[in-house]
Amino acid sequence: AEMAAARLSGAENRLVSLPLSRIRVIMKSSPEVSSINQDALFLTAKATELFVQYLATYSYKHGRGKEKNALTYTDLSHTAEECETFQFLADILPKKILASKYLKMLEKEKRDGEVREDDEEAEEEEDEDE
Amino acid sequence: MAERPEDLNLPNAVITRIIKEALPDGVNISKEARSAISRAASVFVLYATSCANNFATKGKRKTLNAGDVLSAMEEMEFQRFVAPLKESLEVYRREQKGKKEARKDKDKKADSEEQDKSREEDNDDDDERMEEEEQNDEEEVDN
Repeated sequence: AEMAAARLSGAENRLVSLPLSRIRVIMKSSPEVSSINQDALFLTAKATELFVQYLATYSYKHGRGKEKNALTYTDLSHTAEECETFQFLADILPKKILASKYLKMLEKEKRDGEVREDDEEAEEEEDEDE
Repeated sequence: MAERPEDLNLPNAVITRIIKEALPDGVNISKEARSAISRAASVFVLYATSCANNFATKGKRKTLNAGDVLSAMEEMEFQRFVAPLKESLEVYRREQKGKKEARKDKDKKADSEEQDKSREEDNDDDDERMEEEEQNDEEEVDN
């Protein structure tokens, strides 16, 4: 019965697309969780789908990827950094920086002998190339 | 217990489909973006579970229930999910109930068919009826 909702094949308008069994595995990986009632499992799966939709659309809307009709990783990491609701993702969606840029940055810091805002520079460098 | 990495991931195909259906047609989603969203979704499940579990614990319960998950959504600042989740839950519960009743009806029907049959037949067929009843019992066990 647990997997029945997930096993429904065919139409995209099924109630939930993410497999309940997999959601359950992830939930149970938390040691403090004893048991999960069927409704709670369904709701978590459904909430995760809503979350994916929300993260994707928010990032697309507020990002620069759409200038090229795309959703990019940078759009996502911007969202994690700038939107409070998504801040819990900041650690797993870190800002990217090219290794060469980072090395240049380090050299410049050494030369100037000042402490700069790493993030600020990284963002500038990054946006230049995007 | 060590989980293999892929066990805590959600199926790529499904994640991709959800993203594509949410975005305007023709928008390209980089593999990196897709993978990032998938990881984010797994983290979301963990975060939601932990949060819901706090509510269950507060309520002195060991089993996470629907209310705990909904409370978690509010706590996590995803209030916008609550109304659609409640709607979906209603549909889900009806579906589950429908399935249960379909199974019950199937058993009931089998029983009543038996009874009709026995009314028409004479006592000589008592043995046959008993055999059918046994068969029905076996079916239930298999289910």
